[in-house]
Amino acid sequence: MKSLFPSSVSTKKAFYAAWPICLGYFPVGLALGVLAEQAGISWWAMALMSILVFAGSAQFICVAMIAAGSSLWAIIGTTFIVNLRHVLMSSALAVYLQGVKRTFLALFSYGITDESFAVNMARFRAGDWTRSQALIVNHLANSIWIFATVSGVLVGQFVPPGAFGIDYALIGMFISLLVFQFHNRLHIITGIIAAVIAVLWVQFIPGDSYIIGASVCAATCGYLLHNRRGKHR
Amino acid sequence: MSPSDYLFLFVGMGLVTYLPRALPLIYLTHKKMPQWLVDWLEYIPVAVLAALLAPILFIDTTSAAITYGKLEFLVAIPTLIFAVKTRSLGGTVLVGMFLYWLAGIFL
Repeated sequence: MKSLFPSSVSTKKAFYAAWPICLGYFPVGLALGVLAEQAGISWWAMALMSILVFAGSAQFICVAMIAAGSSLWAIIGTTFIVNLRHVLMSSALAVYLQGVKRTFLALFSYGITDESFAVNMARFRAGDWTRSQALIVNHLANSIWIFATVSGVLVGQFVPPGAFGIDYALIGMFISLLVFQFHNRLHIITGIIAAVIAVLWVQFIPGDSYIIGASVCAATCGYLLHNRRGKHR
Repeated sequence: MSPSDYLFLFVGMGLVTYLPRALPLIYLTHKKMPQWLVDWLEYIPVAVLAALLAPILFIDTTSAAITYGKLEFLVAIPTLIFAVKTRSLGGTVLVGMFLYWLAGIFL
């Protein structure tokens, strides 16, 4: 087994791999911080949130729900459903972390996000990646995220509401993450089903239950279609 | 919200964020998940993101009716094309923000 402490060359490679993630996280984190400031969240609460909950989409939804006066349990429930997608990513990474100590896995899993997963998975598949390098990528991304979100809160008071299209940051992030999920035609069909159910759900049931309702229904449709396709083969 | 409300909220959110990331990794290095669960979970990410996005793009915020003319939706079309072409998170966010800001000035 390789040493836990990587050589300087492999550390450099990890920094290089993390660079695009950090570049992406900075404007998104800044935008989140500005919106949080406008929702009345102070810098220390933002720091606490980014440390305890390293999950961009869930944090944006949380800020929007706090601004709308949602209950704490509703926010936690929505966070759970929104982050359930990481079960799949974590499972996929398990293939490359067989026999690794549980303490390492406990530390590593903290930093599994859509972006770090995409980078680490591609490197692990290529075969020249160590778990220490993967851990460096996760924690660099996390450090930048905490820095960007707290900076956003601190500069937020100087940013007028709606400036620079900041309200579109979350939508842009969702669009980008959605596109990353289009692996085959069934994923696109599932996405369309989820969109239709969500829009109709909002017509009849008020509140935020559409997020949980539409995603569970649509994923089940996708799963059933997947099974049918499998049988026809 | 009081500091204790924030602490409760963030610890709660932290747990439901951490456990789905940690449990599969810690247990799957020893045993396998049932195949139906793996297959079902494959469709969760795309479903969650589409469910989050659709009402923002198609529901009028004041009347709660379905509409196809929202600025959010019109800007989403070029933003989506940019995302498909570049597959860049930061770039897509910046392009979306810029177009939304421009559209707000001219429309």
